[in-house]
Amino acid sequence: MLAKRIIPCLDVRDGRVVKGTNFEGLRDMADPVELARFYNDSGADELVFYDITASAEGRGLFTDILRRVASEIFIPLTVGGGIRGLEDFDRVLKCGADKVSVNSGAIADPSIIAAAAKRYGDQCVVLSMDVKRVDGTFRLFAKGGREDTGIDAMEWAVRGVGDGAGEIVLNSIDTDGVKGGFDLEMLDALAARVHVPIVASGGAGSREHFAELFTHSGVDAGLAASIFHTKQVDIKDLKRFLRGRGVEMRL
Amino acid sequence: MTAIVDYGVGNLFSLQSSLRSLGVEAEVTGEAERLRAADRIILPGVGAFGDARAKLDETGLVPVLLEEAGRKPLLGICLGMQLLFDRSFEYGEHPGLGLVPGEVAFLGEDLADKSLKVPHMGWNSLEIVKGDPLFKYFENGEYVYYVHSFYARGCRESTLGASRYGNVAVTGAVRRGNVWGTQFHPEKSGDAGLRLLRAFAEL
Repeated sequence: MLAKRIIPCLDVRDGRVVKGTNFEGLRDMADPVELARFYNDSGADELVFYDITASAEGRGLFTDILRRVASEIFIPLTVGGGIRGLEDFDRVLKCGADKVSVNSGAIADPSIIAAAAKRYGDQCVVLSMDVKRVDGTFRLFAKGGREDTGIDAMEWAVRGVGDGAGEIVLNSIDTDGVKGGFDLEMLDALAARVHVPIVASGGAGSREHFAELFTHSGVDAGLAASIFHTKQVDIKDLKRFLRGRGVEMRL
Repeated sequence: MTAIVDYGVGNLFSLQSSLRSLGVEAEVTGEAERLRAADRIILPGVGAFGDARAKLDETGLVPVLLEEAGRKPLLGICLGMQLLFDRSFEYGEHPGLGLVPGEVAFLGEDLADKSLKVPHMGWNSLEIVKGDPLFKYFENGEYVYYVHSFYARGCRESTLGASRYGNVAVTGAVRRGNVWGTQFHPEKSGDAGLRLLRAFAEL
C-alpha cells in the first residue's frame, strides 16, 4: 500500500532558508542545497520549497538553487511562492520541480488552476490554502494568512479540485506555530469533501502529533518546517517511530 | 551512450541528472541517428497517452524505436512504459507501440474500494514477482515513487514487479525481450531508483 509521506518545507528568501535553522554538525544550515541534501539522506519523502523572495534578484537566486537541488536530490520536489501564471509554472518546472503549488496566485486568478492542469497534468498542480476559523466556518485567507478573503475554504477546495488541482496542502492558521498538534477537525472536514491527496500543515510539535495525524485515514502526508530544521524531531527517528505505531512508512 | 528520447513530452531534467550522477553518459535527443548510435534507449513521458502518442508520431521516430528495440535495451518510464503496450483507454482508445502485450486502463475502474484516491500518487513498495537483471541492486519490497491514474493490465507474462493498491496489483515493472518498462519514476525514487537505473545502464 501507499506509504504516508513526511515532508520538510524550506522557506527561502534571497537564497537562504529562513525559518529557525539550528543544526549542529552541518556547515551551513541556512544553505538550501545543503539542507535539501541532509533531508534527502534522512529519508524525507518529498521536499517543498517556498520562495518568499520579493526581488527579481532573489528570484534568480531561487531558480539557481532549485536547479542545483534538482540535479542532486532524486525525490519529488514541490515549489511554491510567487506562482501567478503559466510562465511561473514553466520557470520552476524547467529547473526540475515536479509539482507546483499555488496559493494567492489562484485567489487572484482562479483560472490558473485549470490552465496549468491542462498543460502540465493534474498531478503537477498543488492547491495550497491558508485557512482559519471565522464565525464557525472555515475561511480562506490570502497573503500568507494576513487577509480574510471571505471565501468558504471547503468550497474553494472543491472548486480547485474540480478545476484540476491534484493535491491539497491545508495549512491551518489556527494551529500554525503553536506546536500543539495538527488541525484534525479541519483536515477531516476537507477529506470529507475532496478525493485527492491531502497534505497536513501547521501545528506539528512532536512525533506523537504525526502518529495522531495518520490515524485520520483521509490524510496522506504531514508537512513541517521548524521542528525538522531545529532537529527537535529527526525524520529518520520519526519514520521508525511511526512504523512502530503501524503507519506505513518508507524506511 | 544512453539516449533519452525527446519528443516534447515531460521534464527530462531529473532523468538526465540522475544518470549523470551515476556517471552514465546520457544524451537527450530527437534524432533517429542518435538513437541508432546509442547503446540503450530510455523513453520517458508524462501527461495523457493520446497526446504523447501523437507527438511521438510527429517526430517520425516510431519505426526507429521499433527497430532498435530488437537490438538494444529500451526502458519506458511512466507514460513511456504505457506507450509500450498494445493500446490505452485513456480518453478514448489509442494504439500503443505493441512491444509488450497488454493494455492500459483507468485504475479507478478496477479499484473495489472507491475511497482510495486516484491518481495513485506517492511511495509504494515494489514486490518482485520475477527475478531480472534490472533488480541486480534492488531489494524486494523497496519503495518507489508513483504518480499515475492509468495502469497496465493483461500483462502477467511480462510483469517483473507490482505494487499493491487496494485490491489491485498495480503493474510496476515489465519486460519483454530487450524492452523494459517501469510505471514508477526511478529518477524520483531516491537511492532505490538510482540503483535500478544503474542496473539498466549496465545491461
